[in-house]
Amino acid sequence: MALEITASLYEEITTHLRDTYPKEGAGLLLGHETEAGKKAMRIVTLENKFAPTQQHHRYLITAEDMLAGETAADDEGMEILGVYHSHPDHPAEPSSFDHANALPWYSYLIVSVQNQHPDTVRCWRLSNDRSRFSEEDLVIQA
Amino acid sequence: MPTIRIPSPLRPYTDGKSEVSVVGENVSAVLRDLTDKHVELRQHLYNEAGELRPYVNVFINGEDVRHLQGDSTAVTDDASLRIVPSVAGGLSG
Repeated sequence: MALEITASLYEEITTHLRDTYPKEGAGLLLGHETEAGKKAMRIVTLENKFAPTQQHHRYLITAEDMLAGETAADDEGMEILGVYHSHPDHPAEPSSFDHANALPWYSYLIVSVQNQHPDTVRCWRLSNDRSRFSEEDLVIQA
Repeated sequence: MPTIRIPSPLRPYTDGKSEVSVVGENVSAVLRDLTDKHVELRQHLYNEAGELRPYVNVFINGEDVRHLQGDSTAVTDDASLRIVPSVAGGLSG
């Protein structure tokens, strides 16, 4: 299984996450499920709704934002494939907090933003029994 | 019969169905009915203590039940419910 994303869409993500640095930024990945995995068609940039004093290491996408994203995806014949978020000055690896709050099937794309510059990007997926995150192949197409 | 819409990540646990008919007089009862019908769903809706996980939100006729009477909110026969995840995370512990 892989998440496929175009370079221009990835550029939109990194622009958003550069702008939110040194706080965490987040948004939705909308697209289609394919035989090979998932193909992202567009993103929804969102405001981090976690308490402002904690946004340097936390993000929250509210149910209202998710509902709006689901409605938009439905209207466009797509699905929410997952979410993206940044780890400012930290590796692009899921934390235990990411793990505790994750859902299976969704792709969790994490971008490490080092000193305001997007660095590594990795994609993760929670196992069906919730026991672990596994890395998901990420294909960024030119 | 009330229906409950299932978000994409949880459809593998409802035999791929996006909507499930449920029975129950309030939100707590319909969620119990849902997880009785689809047992594997339970671990994703409830934690080890049997409490709803923080990211699980239930809407009834477009309104978050937290703004009504929570899981005691009455469910009518024609009610349309929806499970909507919220997503939280972050870089440390």
